[in-house]
Amino acid sequence: MLSSPFIAQPSSVSQIMLRVLLALIPGIALYVWYFGPAILVSITLASITALATEAVMLKLRSRPIKPFISDNTALLTAWLLALSIPPLAPWWLVVVGTAFAIAVSKHLYGGLGSNPFNPAMIGYAVLIISFPVHMTHWLTPHALGGVELSFVEQLNYIFNGVLPSHLTLDAITMATALDTLKTQLHLGLSVSDIRDMPIYGRLAGKGSEMVAIGFAIGGLYLIFTRIISWHLPVAYLAALFATAGVFHLVDPQHYVTPLFHWFSGAAMIGAFFILTDPVTSPTTAKGKIIFAVGAGILTYLIRVFGGFPDGMAFATLLMNICVPLIDAYTQPKVFGKKGAGK
Amino acid sequence: MRTLFAFHGGVHPPTHKDESTRTPIAQTPLPSKLVIPLSQHVGNRAVPIVQVGERVLKGQKIGRPEGKLSSAVHASTSGTVSAIDMQLVAHHSGLPDLCVTLIPDGKDEWIAHGGVDTKQTSHSELRHLLRKAGVVGLGGAVFPSDLKTDAHHHKIKTLVINGAECEPYITCDDMLMRERATDILRGAGILRELLHAEEVLIGIEDNKPEAIAAMQLAVGQDKHDKMEVLSVPTMYPSGGAKQLIRILTGIEVAAGVRSTEMGVQCFNVATAYTVWRALAHGEPLLSRIVTVTGNVSDAQNFDVLIGTPLDELVALAGSKPDTDRHIMGGPMMGVDLPAGTVGITKATNCIIESSPKLFPPQPPALPCIRCTRCTDVCPAELQPQDLYWFAKANNFGKTQEFHLFDCIECGACAYVCPSNIPLVQYYRYAKSEIHERERDKKAADLARERHEYRQLRIERDKQEKAEKLAQKEREAAAKAAQAAATPDDTQQRLIEEALARAKAQAAVAHPQNTETLTPGQSAEIAAIEARRAKIREMAADAGADDEPPKSH
Ligand code: SF4
Ligand code: SF4
Repeated sequence: MLSSPFIAQPSSVSQIMLRVLLALIPGIALYVWYFGPAILVSITLASITALATEAVMLKLRSRPIKPFISDNTALLTAWLLALSIPPLAPWWLVVVGTAFAIAVSKHLYGGLGSNPFNPAMIGYAVLIISFPVHMTHWLTPHALGGVELSFVEQLNYIFNGVLPSHLTLDAITMATALDTLKTQLHLGLSVSDIRDMPIYGRLAGKGSEMVAIGFAIGGLYLIFTRIISWHLPVAYLAALFATAGVFHLVDPQHYVTPLFHWFSGAAMIGAFFILTDPVTSPTTAKGKIIFAVGAGILTYLIRVFGGFPDGMAFATLLMNICVPLIDAYTQPKVFGKKGAGK
Repeated sequence: MRTLFAFHGGVHPPTHKDESTRTPIAQTPLPSKLVIPLSQHVGNRAVPIVQVGERVLKGQKIGRPEGKLSSAVHASTSGTVSAIDMQLVAHHSGLPDLCVTLIPDGKDEWIAHGGVDTKQTSHSELRHLLRKAGVVGLGGAVFPSDLKTDAHHHKIKTLVINGAECEPYITCDDMLMRERATDILRGAGILRELLHAEEVLIGIEDNKPEAIAAMQLAVGQDKHDKMEVLSVPTMYPSGGAKQLIRILTGIEVAAGVRSTEMGVQCFNVATAYTVWRALAHGEPLLSRIVTVTGNVSDAQNFDVLIGTPLDELVALAGSKPDTDRHIMGGPMMGVDLPAGTVGITKATNCIIESSPKLFPPQPPALPCIRCTRCTDVCPAELQPQDLYWFAKANNFGKTQEFHLFDCIECGACAYVCPSNIPLVQYYRYAKSEIHERERDKKAADLARERHEYRQLRIERDKQEKAEKLAQKEREAAAKAAQAAATPDDTQQRLIEEALARAKAQAAVAHPQNTETLTPGQSAEIAAIEARRAKIREMAADAGADDEPPKSH
C-alpha cells in the first residue's frame, strides 16, 4: 500500500538549479560584453570537469548516477567557481579547483545535501591559497581601450600559456578594483585620488560594476520567482552597506563608499547566488538574517583589513561553520505555542 | 465584514472538484450485502448484540457502545445477519476488524423511530440520543459527537462549523450544503444550544460559491441569529479544524490542548446535518454522502448506506478498468484501501479510483537540500526538514523536541519537496516507533520492578530468619548467664561457648569474608550494595500497600 500524499508539485532540485543557472546569464552576458569570451571557456571547462568528477565520485560511492548528475547542482558549483577565477587563468587552474570542489568539499562530506561548506567557495579558497599569483591576473575591460586579445589568442594563452610575441601579460591584465584600491591606499594615496584612476567607473571598477549589476538583476528574478528567499541577499547587502557606511562616514579619504563595496568583487554574485546555497545556509528566517549579517560584516573586514583581494569567499566559509549553531538557537515557536507561558 | 485571519503556510494543489459536482447527490440502489464494521469511530469497538441468522430492521442497533468513548452501530437496511467475523475494513492500518455482514431483504423496513422536540428535551437526554444514534464526526475524525458537545464547564464563545472542504477531489460537503443547507443549520443550532455557544461561524472555501449561497439563503430563511456564513480563501489545509478555527477566530489551539479550553468547538457540516436527522427525526447514522471520483466515467456524489461494498459503489460511477487502487479520502491525506470488498464506513467521505496515470509514482527521492520549501508551507509551523533528518536517523528524542506530535500529517511539506522525499511517511514511522517504544518500555519497567521486588523479599526473608536465629542464641546465652549466677568453672565455660556461638552466628548473618577481595570485586560489591539499598528504599515506599518491611 502506498501512502499519502499521492500528488506532488511538479518541482525538482534539477529545475530549481536550472533556474539559478539561468539567472546567472545576464551577469555572464555582460561579462562577455566587457571582457570578451574567455570566461565562456572557463565556464565550459569547469562544467565538464564538474560533471566528470561528479560521475566518478557517485560511482565510487556507489550511488545512482543519473538522478544525481542531472540535478544541476554540480553545474552550478562549476559556474560559480569559474566566475570567481580570472578568465585568462591557465586551464588546469579551473580544472583543479573544480575537481577539488566537487570531489572533496562535496562528495567526501557526504554529497548533495550534506556538505557543510559551499563547494565553489572551497574551490576558490584552495586556489587562492595555492596559486595566489595566477589568481590575480584579471582581464582589462575593453572600455579602457588597451590592447585586446582575439578569442583565438585567448584560447592559445589559456591552454598553451603562449601570448602573441609583442605582448606581455601585464599589458592585457590588471588587478581587480578592490585590489588596486588596497595597494594604492598602502602607497599613501587618498580615496578620491584613486577613484580618479581610469580603471574606475561610476560605482566601482569599470566593466566589473556592470557585471555586478547583471548578477543583481538575475538575483532579483530569483527572489520574485521565489526560488530564493529575500532574507539572505537583503540582510547581506544591508550589513555590508552599513559597515562600509560607518567607516566611510568616519574617514572618507581612507574608506570608499558603501556602493563601491556593493558593486565590486563578489558582493553581488555572493549575495544572490553563493550565500543562498540552501545546503550551506541556515533554515530558519531569523537564522538566515544572522548568517547574512555576519557574512556582510566579515566580507568588509576581510576586504579592508585582511590579506586577500576579496572577502566574500572567506566570509561565506566562516559563516558556514556557524550554521548548525545558528539553526539550533533560532528555532521558531510552533503553531499555538507562541503565546506567553505556553 | 468580519476580519479573517491567515494561518502560516499552505499549498494550492489543483482542486479537481468540478468533475463530481455536475450532478446532484444520487441515491444508491440496495447493495447485495452490507459489511458493517463495529469499529467506525474513535474509541472502543462496539459490541455486537445480534446473532448470525437474525433478522434485523433498518435502524436497529446491532452494536452497542462499549465504555464512555465508543459509539453505537446500526443496520443500514432490513435483512438477515449472515456473518459476524473479521473482515478487511476501510482503515489505514490495513488490518481486518470485526464486522457484521448483512444480506438485505429488499424491503428496507424501518424499525419504529421518531424524533424529539429538541427545545423540550434536556441536554443530557439529547447527548444520550446522539450516542444511541451512533453520531460521530463525519469530517474524517469520527470522534463520538455526544462527547464533543460537552464543553467541560468551559465557556464556549464560538461554534465553528467546518464546510471548508479543502482537500482536492472531495465534494461531499459541498453537495450536502447545496442540497440540504436547512437541516445542516438546524443541526448547528442544536449544537450551539448544547455548547451554550454565543455565535456560530460557518467557514466555506471560496471555491464553492453555490454552497455559500445556499447556506446564506438558509440562514436568512430560518432567521438564525448570530450565525454567519463566511467565505474563506481557498488554501489547503484550511479545512483542518485548527486551521479553520484560526482563520475564523484568530485563536490558535496548540497540540494537546482541547479547543473548548479556548472557548471554541468545531463540527463538520455533515455532522451537523446528521445531528439534526438523529434528534428531530430519530434516524440513526445509517448513510452518508460519498464522493466517487478519479479514474471513473461518471464522477459524482452518492448517498451511500454504511457497509456498502466499495466495489459495488465504484461500479455505479463507472470505475475504469485500469484502476489499480482505491483511495479513501483525498490525494493529500487519503488512505490506500486494502481491498475492493471493504464496506463504506462513517469515515468514508470520498473514494478516488486511482490509476498510475492519475497519480504517477514519485521519482526516486534525492537527499534533502535544506531548501526550506517544506517549512514555508507547514501549517503547524514546524521544521519538516529537521523532523525528517531526525526521523531518518532514528533520533526519536529529537523528533519530539522538534514537536513531531504537532504535525497534522497534512502532507503539504511532501507536496512541495523538490527532492521528492516522502516526508509524511517518515513522520508516521517515527510516531509509531515512539508509541511502540513507550509501550515496550512500560512493559519492561513493570517486569523489572516486579523482579526486583521479588528479589528483595527473598533477601528480606533470609535476613529475618538469620535475625531470629541470632535472637534465639542470645536468649540461650542469657539463660546460661543467669544459670551462672553461682560461680562455676564449667558454667563459665558454657557461657563463653554460647557467646562465641552467638558471635559466629552473627558473622554468618553479616558475612565478613570480604578482606581477601580484589579492588575490582569490592567495587562490584559496593555497586551491588548501593543498588540493593535503593531497591530497599523503593520497597519501603511500596511496602505501604503491602506489609511494612520489618527488618529495619
Ligand atoms: S522541501 Fe524537501 S529538500 Fe527542501 S528542505 Fe524540505 S525536505 Fe529538504
Ligand atoms: S505533514 Fe506535518 S510537517 Fe508536513 S506540512 Fe503538514 S503538519 Fe507540517
